[in-house]
Amino acid sequence: MSTQLRRSPDPKASVDSAAPSMQWWLVLAGTVLLIAGSFLSWSFTPAILGNVTITGLPAPLQIFTIVIGVLGLFLLLLRMGRFHHISTLLDSARGLRALGVTATAYLVLVVLVIALQAPGLANADPGVFVCLVGAGLMVAGSLRMPSDPTVDPISVHLPSWAEILVIVALMALVLFGAAYALGQEDGTVFSLFLLFLSGVVVALQRAGLFGWIGVIAARNRRVITLGAFVVAFLFPLTQDGSDANMSIATQVLIFATTALGLNIVVGLAGLLDLGYIAFLGAGAYVSAMMSHSAFANIGWKPPFLVVVLIAATVSSVLGLIIGSPTLRVSGDYLAIVTLAFGEIFRLTVNNLDGNNGPDLTNGPNGIPGVPELEFGSFKFGDTHEIFGITLGRFANYYFLLLVVAALIITIFTRLNNSRIGRGWIAIREDEKAAEAMGVNVFGLKLFAFAGGAFLAGMAGSIKAHQDVSVTPDQYIFLESAFLLAAIVLGGMGTVAGVLVGATVLKLLPEKLRFVADYRLLTFGLLLVLMMRFRPEGLVPSGRRALEFHEDDERLAAKVEESHIEKVTPTGGRT
Amino acid sequence: MSAAAIHDDAAMAQASSGAVVLQATGVTMRFGGLTAVNNVNLTVSEGEIVGLIGPNGAGKTTFFNCLTGMYKPTEGQVTFQGTVLPPKPRAVVQAGMARTFQNIRLFANMTALENVMVGRYCRTSAMALTSILRGPKYRHEEEATRERAKQLLDFVGLSNTAEHLARNLPYGDQRRLEIARALATDPKLILLDEPTAGMNPKETEQAKELIFRIRDLGLAVVVIEHDMRFIFSLCDRVLCLVRGETLVEGSPVEVQRDPRVIEAYIGTPDEDEVDDEAAKEEHS
Repeated sequence: MSTQLRRSPDPKASVDSAAPSMQWWLVLAGTVLLIAGSFLSWSFTPAILGNVTITGLPAPLQIFTIVIGVLGLFLLLLRMGRFHHISTLLDSARGLRALGVTATAYLVLVVLVIALQAPGLANADPGVFVCLVGAGLMVAGSLRMPSDPTVDPISVHLPSWAEILVIVALMALVLFGAAYALGQEDGTVFSLFLLFLSGVVVALQRAGLFGWIGVIAARNRRVITLGAFVVAFLFPLTQDGSDANMSIATQVLIFATTALGLNIVVGLAGLLDLGYIAFLGAGAYVSAMMSHSAFANIGWKPPFLVVVLIAATVSSVLGLIIGSPTLRVSGDYLAIVTLAFGEIFRLTVNNLDGNNGPDLTNGPNGIPGVPELEFGSFKFGDTHEIFGITLGRFANYYFLLLVVAALIITIFTRLNNSRIGRGWIAIREDEKAAEAMGVNVFGLKLFAFAGGAFLAGMAGSIKAHQDVSVTPDQYIFLESAFLLAAIVLGGMGTVAGVLVGATVLKLLPEKLRFVADYRLLTFGLLLVLMMRFRPEGLVPSGRRALEFHEDDERLAAKVEESHIEKVTPTGGRT
Repeated sequence: MSAAAIHDDAAMAQASSGAVVLQATGVTMRFGGLTAVNNVNLTVSEGEIVGLIGPNGAGKTTFFNCLTGMYKPTEGQVTFQGTVLPPKPRAVVQAGMARTFQNIRLFANMTALENVMVGRYCRTSAMALTSILRGPKYRHEEEATRERAKQLLDFVGLSNTAEHLARNLPYGDQRRLEIARALATDPKLILLDEPTAGMNPKETEQAKELIFRIRDLGLAVVVIEHDMRFIFSLCDRVLCLVRGETLVEGSPVEVQRDPRVIEAYIGTPDEDEVDDEAAKEEHS
């Protein structure tokens, strides 16, 4: 949707540069009311919604509406013909429409929450209704507004410092937003924040900002990667020793790391693996069995780095064993076999308890008491102080996992962008033709499969220590399904997509009771909606998007254009 | 038709001197009760252009598939430069025999350049660790691959569209890109399955000129075509298949004059109905 070229049929028809039209004034009135109302009191009850009772001092929830109002004002100014540089890029009418709808939905929800939680509609103050009227006016005004003609963002070149500045600002926003979202204890406020966030994102996307940011990001790939890692490294510093949030962040990171490995199998090689969690489990079990845990049944305790290698190797050998007979046949067989393999793994570790075989895994009890990691004198269980900021146990693991994630991302991108990566794409496109052109189809599939298992084993060996115990019920089919869901949701074949997908899938249940209670229902619905409206995922790779839209000529033209932009020397090739 | 004249001289010179590249003896392919290819022999020498003609369903493409390892022939064997080829497409390409497809099978969502680079796969060796570590050797190989792919695009006349997606190329260009991709595997022999299907006369002329240039590189070429004018002005030797069997083999002039070829394509008035019925039975 954002990736489509938009060209208004009649370019002269729209911009109200000379004399602002009726609609323009209507929207202006709406935004002003929205902002003014946000400074008023919204409710008599201070206990709900993070206290929105104080006139003149907006609470976070009210700041959100102010942000919407300010964005609206900005877009209105664009319509006046101000900021000519940007106004050619953005379609303010579509943006305003989305903003108006977001504001309305947001305020209706706020009123509902007040009515339900306060309880009673009588507890709502006039402020919230002033805002609601303002939002309604925004919608009414923008509905009839003609679209702006926009130019293709690729043709717009800013000085490179300005582009980098945009990226830095974006990163800062992401860091700030993540810290804020994680800090929310109140589920209602969290959901409203999500609504606000997604609304603004949609509005800016409608306006065409994301197309532009995408172009900038493609031009400054290194800056954006570096920035993302800086943000990720800075994140624990914003938490100041709060273990609750860091625990969630570590969970997200382990999940994302595993999903990245799976994305090599699914996204790059195009193989459907439904038992991937078993490889993670194998790594975790090997690591636990070789740890100093009192319940570990293997006498040999090598240093951790050796354990990581052994765990990863064991996983990849399992991958080879599963892969070599099944990868020769095409299609769904692999999915079924991997599904069965996941079950076999679970049943095996459940039964290797000394009664039904060698005593390796302690059966259903698992291996508890896996000790904390130690690198030299650095103990991962201890709390450390850096610049007066406390970094707890989870922060230590977080940093370690970040290094692993960086490693896997490097492997992912470099493989994708090599002879092997080309072979994978060729296999996905046309397996017969690839074979006839000399591509080692079986070998490359097997490599993807075993390589993915290797990375999962690596992640698993760390997970064992971070979780303190390893039990069979951590590695069930459902987890494989969630990993796959993260990839489908985020976008096959991209790093950013998987990170987004993994974050959404892990964060939502932690923060929202509703999602946690109805996890399968919500995720199922989410996936159905994705399949219907955006099968390529939230952040797809251009090529993957094309594969899902075989006859979208405009998309093909668009992808080609951005590719040519990337490889021509003028486009700032990285 | 100066090109044809030059080519005739060259053909005379090469037909006598070239070493045998491909030798298929007694190739037979049966699908259940249907014999698609029956006891077909084919010998191709270096620098030779051999045409394969025949009405629809004569088994030309099936024969190609037998040669390139896509099918395992029921009987007979295929020898390439003195060694018997295993029926595996990858081994065949590795040995030096590349092909194009009747219905274009490009990697549609890759760029033209990437398509050709995939063709280089079997002549390059970078594996996982080298690809991840990106040492000087890897970069050198990648650069060489890219360079060679660009040369080949240039050779087939697609240098301007290197960075365009294969699916966005015009039809004729897609055909030429397929040839470039096949050439990227450094073949000794290239098999072209209807390279001018759907082309206009001008494009056909360009295709012919391209095939001559490929031959001049020292490659042997085997072409399946329905365009008789094209095939008779291009080939040194023509093989006509009918219902899976070799009907005639000889110089273009001989084949052109052979009444049986005309009969096979058009049919004689009396046998028309009988033929049709037989064909129906065979297909059902």
